[in-house]
Amino acid sequence: MWNVSVSPHVRSPESVGKIMWTVVACLVPPLVLSIFVFGIQVLLITAVSVISCMAVEAICQKALNKPVTVSDGSAALTGMLMAFVIPPGVSFLIPVLGAVMAIFIGKHLLGGIGYNFFNPALLGRAFLLATFPVAMTSAWLPPLTDGAIFSYLASGVDAVSTATPLAVMKEQGMAAFREAFGTPSEVYGSFFLGWRPGCIGETSGLLLVLGGLYLMYRRYITWHIPVSVLGTIALLTWMFGGETLFTGDPLLAVLTGGALLGAFFMATDYVTSPTTRTAQLIFGAGIGALTVLIRIKGGYPEGVCYAILLMNPLSPVLDGWFKPKRFAPPAGGEK
Amino acid sequence: MVSTLTFPKGGVHPPESKGLTEQLPIQVMPLPAELHLILGQHIGAPCTPTVAKKAAVGEGDLVADVSKGLGVPLHAPAAGSIKAIATAAHPIRVTTPSITLAVDREAQPRQWTADQWQQLTAQELLQKVHDAGIVGIGGAGFPTHVKLKPPADTPVDTLLLNGAECEPYITADHRSMVEKAEEIVEGAKILLKILGIKTCVVGIENNKPDAIAAMTAAVRAAGGDDSDISVVTLQVKYPQGSEKQLIQAITGRKVPAMALPSAVGVVVHNVSTTRAVYEAVALGKPLIEKVVTISGRGIVKPANLLVKIGTKVSDIVEYCGGISDEVAKVVLGGPMMGFAVSTLDIPVTKTTSAVLFLTKEEIDTTPLSSCIRCGWCLDACPMGLEPKEIGLYVEANRPENTEQFGVFECFECGSCAYVCPAKRPLVQFVRLAKMKAKRS
Repeated sequence: MWNVSVSPHVRSPESVGKIMWTVVACLVPPLVLSIFVFGIQVLLITAVSVISCMAVEAICQKALNKPVTVSDGSAALTGMLMAFVIPPGVSFLIPVLGAVMAIFIGKHLLGGIGYNFFNPALLGRAFLLATFPVAMTSAWLPPLTDGAIFSYLASGVDAVSTATPLAVMKEQGMAAFREAFGTPSEVYGSFFLGWRPGCIGETSGLLLVLGGLYLMYRRYITWHIPVSVLGTIALLTWMFGGETLFTGDPLLAVLTGGALLGAFFMATDYVTSPTTRTAQLIFGAGIGALTVLIRIKGGYPEGVCYAILLMNPLSPVLDGWFKPKRFAPPAGGEK
Repeated sequence: MVSTLTFPKGGVHPPESKGLTEQLPIQVMPLPAELHLILGQHIGAPCTPTVAKKAAVGEGDLVADVSKGLGVPLHAPAAGSIKAIATAAHPIRVTTPSITLAVDREAQPRQWTADQWQQLTAQELLQKVHDAGIVGIGGAGFPTHVKLKPPADTPVDTLLLNGAECEPYITADHRSMVEKAEEIVEGAKILLKILGIKTCVVGIENNKPDAIAAMTAAVRAAGGDDSDISVVTLQVKYPQGSEKQLIQAITGRKVPAMALPSAVGVVVHNVSTTRAVYEAVALGKPLIEKVVTISGRGIVKPANLLVKIGTKVSDIVEYCGGISDEVAKVVLGGPMMGFAVSTLDIPVTKTTSAVLFLTKEEIDTTPLSSCIRCGWCLDACPMGLEPKEIGLYVEANRPENTEQFGVFECFECGSCAYVCPAKRPLVQFVRLAKMKAKRS
């Protein structure tokens, strides 16, 4: 018997699995660096997160009587991204609970891959931030400088916890920030390379940018969302982020917190971002504006996570407003 | 570096896969024992037989005609006798009325002699095109004489010859341009005279440098009269051979939705159709044979074959050394828009440009998964439509709501389904939507 399916009879070699696993691969270099910055428990937390997400996905699909698609890598990617936005000193139980929220409630109860309107990894983080506010906002570790990546496992993390640059800036002001991390021109370099406190995946701007550029080279993402997110953050921080108008530090704003991770890897999630270029630019600008608003006026030092979550459900609306340009629309039809 | 033209929006680059046949000269297939002439060869009204069972016919004799509608007459591709007027298997319609011709393989092939056409009027030339049964043999099968009579309110200033051949695998037009360039150029002059215009542009993709060279040389050699024929190089991109995309690539004009190319002053004909016009007018030979590319990794001897209309695919397979056990899909036409068939017991029609025997490695049978809204189909669509939305609405059993996404402007090129990483059958969704969302 020959196959008689409808044309086209040839198909591009791309697949959902290939895309997802490629993104996962792009996150491996920042993860490896993070191990050297914060210690080996970073690897354990990430592994727990990835495995729990894949396990929850398999259980959900079995229970809902759907084909099990764990091998497509989307649950693994969610696990990876969720680990990247939690502090390196938390208990191993935390990513397990996050996985249940992200994959069970945030993805499969909404219809599975393609139908979730919030980024599952960020939904998981938001849930953890609400349930474990202390751990999620204080289990920061100062970067290791001696390469002793097993040291925190032995000593326990409570003794060494520190504060993130954004938190210091927000709660204690620029003077304290300079004392803790150096002058802005000094920290550009160390932040870009990765030696600073933060979430697991928020360390190295350089490796995140390289990963994002590789995804662009593969044409998995375009420049539109990352550039509009980062551009808006930089512009609005420069305007409103300083002591007076137009004295903020745009470069520092882009290098701190989850801005680069969010712009390249979270906001570009296919399912929860718009598909037309104009809609993507507006979506990114919305994320940038909400991020700066939360950073400057909100209750949290960092706002990327909530900014993306707030913009996610607007994606279908933006797609409806900004349609692709028709080759030649019917006479008297839409614009 | 010669600048290459292309259409600006969308399009894809499937593997060209033309290497199997692009260097093979056109080969004449010997007459088979029987020919099966489907009465509805193409778009438009089907023919009615004008011969009775057991009647003897000569090569090129009229066997079926049509009195109204868009149809064109049908001729006997070879001498023989009418064996039956019954039904034949059809790739889409399952079975269809047809004439079976028992071929007299001993008969001398008819000699078609050159004739002067320059003194004929446009009307007489047009009648010859109609009487020869010519339709667009690039694929769609629209009767050629109808396209040569554009509505009076939309005057035409440019004739485009489509030599893009953007479908992978197919090399029939390519070989015709290399081997029969002079005939195509003379055909172009006939078309220009019928249309009463001077300007003709031949568009060829730059993966066919020998065809570009041959056509350019033929145009130069045929110069000296007042016609203005030129050859332009197109960048390789599918679906460049689509009428609207070709017009935009070469002239920059955009044909409005639901309008004919004449609305922007252009008429497009395929290069092989143009050659058929040459044969009809200059030689008096009706459309009874055509070059068909036989390709794919599943056929023992790939070829560019000149076959009689009505030749069964099974006879072609036998002539080409048979097929391997690896064949997973047999496609009439190109791999992007052709039809998969379940039997070899079907005849070649005036619109068959290729028969492909594809192995498992050449096709992709991955089952579909959910749409991940990556938007690649939006980027690939040359018409600026929203295939993903059409698919989602059809899956949600709301095909009647898909017109807003442009379902009726879709010409089913398959670019969206080609790029879809979730392997969604977007062309199938579009067809379902069109069937169910009939315009009110």
